[in-house]
Amino acid sequence: MTAALIGKSVSRVDGRLKVTGAATYAAEFEVPNLAHAAVVRSIAANGRIAIDTAEAERAPGVIAVVTHRNAPRLAYQPHKGLPDAAVGERLHVLQDDRVNHQGQPIALVVAETLEQAVHAAEVVRVTYRNEAAATDIKSVDPVLPTGKPAEWEIRRGEPDSAFEQAEFRVDQTYVIPRENHNPIEMFATIAAWEGNSLTLWDKSQWVHNVAEEIAAVFGIATDNVRVISPFVGGAFGSGLRCWPHVTLAALGARVAGRPVKLLLSRREMYYGVGYRPHTVQRAALGASRDGQLQAIRHEGHQETSTYEEFTEALLSATRFLHSCPNVHTRHRIAPMNVHTPTYMRAPGEASGAYALESAMDELAVALNMDPVELRLRNEPDRDESKDLPFSSRSTRECYRAAAERFGWSQRTAEPRSMRDGRSLIGWGMASATYPMNYAPASAMARLLPDGTAEVMSAASDMGPGTWTSMTQVAADTLGLPIERVKFTLGDTRLPRAPIHGGSMTMASVGSAVQAACRKARDEALARAGANNLEEAMKRSGQIIEATADVTPGDETKRFSMHAFGAVFVEVAVDPDLGETRVRRIVGAYGAGRVVNSKIARSQCIGGMIGGIGMALMEHSVVDLRNGRVTNANLAEYAVPVHADAPPVMDVIFVDEHDPHVNPLGVKGLGEIALVGVAPAIANAIFHATGKRVRQLPITPDKLL
Amino acid sequence: MHPLVLERPRDLSAALSFGAQAGRNDAPVEYIAGGTDMVQLLQEYVRRPDRLVSLAGILDDGIEIGPQGLRLGAAATMAEVAAHQAVVEQFPLISQALLNSASPQVRNQATMGGNLLQRTRCPYFRDIGYEACNKRAPGSGCAALDGENRWHAVLGTSDDCIAVHPSDLAVALVALDASVELRGTGGDRSVPLSDLHRLPRDTPHLEAVLEPGEVITAITVPATTAGLRSHYLKVRDRASFEFAVVSAAVAIETDGARIRQARVALGGVGTKPWRLPNVETALAGADFEPAVLRQAAALAAEGTRGRGHNDFKIELMQRAIVRAVEIAGARR
Repeated sequence: MTAALIGKSVSRVDGRLKVTGAATYAAEFEVPNLAHAAVVRSIAANGRIAIDTAEAERAPGVIAVVTHRNAPRLAYQPHKGLPDAAVGERLHVLQDDRVNHQGQPIALVVAETLEQAVHAAEVVRVTYRNEAAATDIKSVDPVLPTGKPAEWEIRRGEPDSAFEQAEFRVDQTYVIPRENHNPIEMFATIAAWEGNSLTLWDKSQWVHNVAEEIAAVFGIATDNVRVISPFVGGAFGSGLRCWPHVTLAALGARVAGRPVKLLLSRREMYYGVGYRPHTVQRAALGASRDGQLQAIRHEGHQETSTYEEFTEALLSATRFLHSCPNVHTRHRIAPMNVHTPTYMRAPGEASGAYALESAMDELAVALNMDPVELRLRNEPDRDESKDLPFSSRSTRECYRAAAERFGWSQRTAEPRSMRDGRSLIGWGMASATYPMNYAPASAMARLLPDGTAEVMSAASDMGPGTWTSMTQVAADTLGLPIERVKFTLGDTRLPRAPIHGGSMTMASVGSAVQAACRKARDEALARAGANNLEEAMKRSGQIIEATADVTPGDETKRFSMHAFGAVFVEVAVDPDLGETRVRRIVGAYGAGRVVNSKIARSQCIGGMIGGIGMALMEHSVVDLRNGRVTNANLAEYAVPVHADAPPVMDVIFVDEHDPHVNPLGVKGLGEIALVGVAPAIANAIFHATGKRVRQLPITPDKLL
Repeated sequence: MHPLVLERPRDLSAALSFGAQAGRNDAPVEYIAGGTDMVQLLQEYVRRPDRLVSLAGILDDGIEIGPQGLRLGAAATMAEVAAHQAVVEQFPLISQALLNSASPQVRNQATMGGNLLQRTRCPYFRDIGYEACNKRAPGSGCAALDGENRWHAVLGTSDDCIAVHPSDLAVALVALDASVELRGTGGDRSVPLSDLHRLPRDTPHLEAVLEPGEVITAITVPATTAGLRSHYLKVRDRASFEFAVVSAAVAIETDGARIRQARVALGGVGTKPWRLPNVETALAGADFEPAVLRQAAALAAEGTRGRGHNDFKIELMQRAIVRAVEIAGARR
């Protein structure tokens, strides 16, 4: 037996492939006879189009120019995957002359080379008959999402009267701009038809969903679509859905009768895939003099498209994070001439926490109470929204561990009271939470006579380390050295995995891998009558295969299951120039079992840096006059660079054994690592400057 | 990219004969050197020359220092100049401005001449999804005037254009009285850097004073500005790899605890690199008292015009001047 691998610090098994350029991303697959596609996109937000393709058709190298006038009518059979909006109908491409948002695909050019395709796309002549467009959220009346109003407006107790009667009150509006995921790898699809069978090499966080969606769009059997996506160069949620460009690639390949590659440009990334929606929230908290929350009223509305109702878990944590008898939450949407938003790392939770945890800080100031103390005084015994016990909740341990590591007791409460030279120093904190998600998953383990094992599941690895952690779980379960286990993912021919999102991959795929390996191991040992697996594998002389499916039980009915955490931040603000730099972040997380301490820490650091972006710089600047994104590039859309990463980023995993969540006992880390960072920074900036900025990002102009 | 012919002349005189027009946005023949900005603009159809004349390998890339001062060959890269010992020691303002620009990868590729002639970051100029841009399409209007103009200029603007000149290097050079040497088919001439770029007025598509065929061959910085106490201050939304929200280049001579002479230029706020003679005059003879500096810096606001989202720059640039003077004064 080898030493236990789960919990160990193991370097990425795919690290070498990535740093040497040997890992193959979607656009890099070599497919014979490949043609290239380029998309013509709308420069109007609403209206009708007329297209003249004569010049494009004559351009060198052009194989086909596809518009609504000559495109095959696509089946667009009903299909709603988990990441799709529950209400509405996905965008149909090239099926009619209407446009309803900027950047909508209106023509597709297929040519021999990429340059030829791009050039021909540029000479497609489009005339627009513009109609009035809703591109400014201030001019749109928000509405409750369709159906189940009880999901979107929830009350317990008497929030209105309790708020009015509360001795201490905070009631403020907090604004988050639209943010784009901006993964470094741009979306790309290669589509190749053979008869009625389609192979797609795609950048995706869920290959099976791509197969199902494209099968529905083209009206073919799902089994006829194979999707291959072994490596993903960052996604942050942008690869959860199957976006229209995948349909366009397949359509182009069908029309051209050749394999087609479609690669989105950086500018197209702001129109071709979703984004974190512009969100306006009002948070009102009422408390007694001793800091007991009496009332929470939290409402928010977000931009969505005219054709789909995008919603996310904006207000769910408000209902259980802090103890409060009287709570009202209301989530609305503002349908606009934009393309549909989507999930972006900790969708909803990170956005909602910005408002709630900022308001908690404002309440602490009003009460003249330490913000950690305020949270400790409102620590619930159980989930008050579901009236269920938490399967585990380590909030107190997180506050304690992070505060101690940070040195929080040295903080002087008064704003502008801490300085370093010219800089104003601010210390701020916030709570974090993210649900434990566990979904049905399958995996297969194959033991070979040479003493090695192959383990597989159609999961994805957009960066959190699925390749590595699954190899670890498999090797640990089998009791084999890690070098002898090969894990494979990212292909619809492998056993089905759930969506690579919602921080559920470790829990779901990890549990399936563990189950499959156990099954294979037991079978090998039984067959060989041995109690040593390596011995058994050699002795049997055969390949032993086992597939396992895991599925959640009724634990969601018995427990409320979430990861919890606390984030502490130190900022330095230049009082004259308004520049904020984050100096330290300490995060403590109770997230169940940690499978790989090194990669888990790396994932949390990534979340912290993402939170710096959200707090201080990220902003898709939409021209309110016409809905175009004015900074659709990585020069003017600022994300943190190395120089923005603080020298100290401390990650603490508090010991947490949760037997209820899933067989592996993990809660997921990918998203909680972002939650709480932006409000902790905003709170630290208030502590540094005395200025409360309620509109992200907090750029220098807002601090002058 | 609009289809074009790439000419690769053997020497500079052959290059000049193509009549390429640098510094205007409607020219059918243009030069390309490092290409870090040009390629982006070509790819996005912002510029569509039919012919591109490559200057690779045929332009001076030397860095020389002598009794007359500093001479930077137009093809010297940003990285080479920033790291050059004589530049670091005698003209640290230049090195600092360069190291505060772009990223190491870009600095390894981008040249001196190209840096001075790079185009504005105005999003309306760079997105052909907007029809209105007088700089890109003369007479089409300016989408920035009432649009998203947080990035835009408050100095040197016109009713036709408020785009910022994005170079940090040019701001430092203009503060140091630098000139550019130009060569054309008609011979050589020298132009003060402060006269290289045009104000937008009603012809924002004309960006610089180069004649057809003319090319920048070198930048010269007079020895009189060597060894000054200086500081390049750059304010931006993130710590690195970003264009300036506001920048200030300051070089001073001191006389005990007083400023004898100051040179002050601003970036991020002007339609061209912006020297501030009135602020310099007010600083001459001043001590480093914050109130005095503040009063002098306030003169920078003369002639400013905000367009809403960029109003804050008028205050921020004054603060940047004060800070840069303070830091320069504290240097040895």
